[in-house]
Amino acid sequence: MSNKTQPQRSMRSLLTKLFLFPIMMFGFGYLMVPLYDIFCDVTGLNGKTGAISEAKASQMVVNTEREIKIQFTSNINQNGSWEFRPAQSIMTVHPGKPYTTMFYARNKLNEAVTSQSIPSVTPNKAAAHFDKMECFCFTEQKFAALEEREMPVTFVVGTAVPEEVDTITLAYTLFTKE
Amino acid sequence: MATSTTEIEADIHAHDDHHHGPEPGLMRWVKTTNHKDIGYLYLWFAFSMLLIGGAMAMVIRLELLMPGLQYVEPQFFNQMTTMHGLIMVFGAIMPAFVGLANIMIPPMIGGPDMALPRMNNWSFWILPFASIMLISTLFVDGGAPAGGWTMYPPLVLQTGAAFPMLIFAVHLLGISSIMGSINIIATIMNMRAPGMTYMKMPLFVWTWFITAYLLIATMPVLAGAVTMLLTDKYFATSFFSAAGGGDPVMFQHIFWFFGHPEVYILILPAFGIVSQIIPTFARKPLFGYSSMVYATASIAFLSFIVWAHHMFTVGLPVSAELFFMFATMLIAVPTGVKVFNWVSTMWKGSMTFETPMLFSIGFVIMFTIGGFSGLMLALTPVDFQYHDTYFVVAHFHYVLVPGAIFSVMAAAYYWLPKWTGHMYDEKLGKFHFWMSTIFVNVLFFPQHFVGLAGMPRRIPDYAVQFADFNAISSIGAFGFGLSQVLFAYIMIKAVRSGKKATDQVWDGAEGLEWTLSSPPPYHSFSTQPIVK
Repeated sequence: MSNKTQPQRSMRSLLTKLFLFPIMMFGFGYLMVPLYDIFCDVTGLNGKTGAISEAKASQMVVNTEREIKIQFTSNINQNGSWEFRPAQSIMTVHPGKPYTTMFYARNKLNEAVTSQSIPSVTPNKAAAHFDKMECFCFTEQKFAALEEREMPVTFVVGTAVPEEVDTITLAYTLFTKE
Repeated sequence: MATSTTEIEADIHAHDDHHHGPEPGLMRWVKTTNHKDIGYLYLWFAFSMLLIGGAMAMVIRLELLMPGLQYVEPQFFNQMTTMHGLIMVFGAIMPAFVGLANIMIPPMIGGPDMALPRMNNWSFWILPFASIMLISTLFVDGGAPAGGWTMYPPLVLQTGAAFPMLIFAVHLLGISSIMGSINIIATIMNMRAPGMTYMKMPLFVWTWFITAYLLIATMPVLAGAVTMLLTDKYFATSFFSAAGGGDPVMFQHIFWFFGHPEVYILILPAFGIVSQIIPTFARKPLFGYSSMVYATASIAFLSFIVWAHHMFTVGLPVSAELFFMFATMLIAVPTGVKVFNWVSTMWKGSMTFETPMLFSIGFVIMFTIGGFSGLMLALTPVDFQYHDTYFVVAHFHYVLVPGAIFSVMAAAYYWLPKWTGHMYDEKLGKFHFWMSTIFVNVLFFPQHFVGLAGMPRRIPDYAVQFADFNAISSIGAFGFGLSQVLFAYIMIKAVRSGKKATDQVWDGAEGLEWTLSSPPPYHSFSTQPIVK
């Protein structure tokens, strides 16, 4: 029977391939993580917002013809005990012009806590045009026991934002870092 | 009695592999590298998991017999749905198919054994340990996993001490099936008899060949996803935690990139089995053999580009919803080719209706019902209504119970006489088929209605307007469960006292496995036959 099966050598090379393939696919599972982020960044899906430098934002041409309503909302994730809300809930902006608004946060616990806020923009097609020069969401925010604070967000809506967009919602979710 | 038409040597080492016959002690089963021994171990393992997972289903249906909470706590109910899913998918259906592949592929392609017999032993013996680890989560602090078999974060991260056990059990089950698949591919590529070209291989071998590729491509992705869950919970990574910049929806994408090919892993071997059985009892060759092969390959390819139809409601852009909707509906084409081929095989055949044929015809009809409800679910606009309702439960149980499980039963009735040399009791077999078919429909058909009316899945209580259909469904479940005790009885009775089977067994059966004696020699083909 042995002379009828293929030689040992080709079996070995087949097996090497067959074992390497699952290992590669295990790596592919992890590769999906950066791919997913790139995909979301490129398409603006998932409401991911971009960052932009002050200098670049100041070069934008302001379109005073157009007015866009910006709504701010806030959510608190289940952990920790917080008060967290936008200082003003609606503002009207011109594309290309930078604006600053504040979010108010208070740590209701009698201990120091670190928070991280995650932004999300709707509609998705506006997310790629919503850029921030400054945001408390860029870094972790440390709060002393019972500390309250106003945190600034400086943003600009790009002039290329699609015509049909007249309202953009910026939502922050505040998480407690363990 | 050895057949004269084969080139089997009177193999002096061949001894009876009959597992209730004389055997040199229990260590035979621990140390065995014989493909049939290992296959039988797989089948017994799968059957015991079917009973355990089935018992959990009985708990679920008992609680749902009436509205309100009667018998179990909601948390325990959720543990039952989660464990039922995991055990049935990874413990019952997959090992049953791997077992059948082990027993049948070498004789079907004219080989003596599997290509890697020692690894074969290891592939099997990982399974009992993995399943013990999984089932023992019922007794640890915080109870068994209760977040659904799909293990979505962040919910699954709330699992207690059971969490790492769940992850490692999934790892082990995955390693076992990857090794089993590598073995199957190596066997099919290297152990075929002279003249057994790829396009002459029996369809069961073909479907398993393709299934094995699906397995080695997707099980590692699942392993990666659950490893990410593990590091998220214990090692401060944030793959799926929004607080650290991750995204829980990404888990669903990775999971279903595995999960959709997985559902074809659970059905392609079933396609292979019925493609063997229907020609035998229709006494006609399979209609459209090559289109069957291409359809199987197309289904396998398409399975990689439809995963997001499981997550239409997560907030996909319209363009993605359309793509995944159309790609999903495209799968109906090769599947339809298969169903029409089975029907055409029966067309004008000299049909007889022995138990394996009954189960196969039942498969074709009821799998198609499951396929149609799948087509309904593929439609994005209506999926928003159907999502996470009992309609989904009805859909996938139609393809998995009267689909996959019926095919395994058909295979057991069809090949048992070959394996053991004993016939089963035909009357009891038919009775088992009719009991199973009636009760499985009583069990799952009403779930379509309650699902369309809005009853959500994975909830231990429901609004009173669903009471009647749920009571009917539960009665069907108890009947179906009892019918499977009969299945065990028929199998054991056949092995113990069934009348002697001929080597040919079924007069319409064709293929190399029927040229072997019943039961076959320990090393199936010691001298390879020549296929013309």
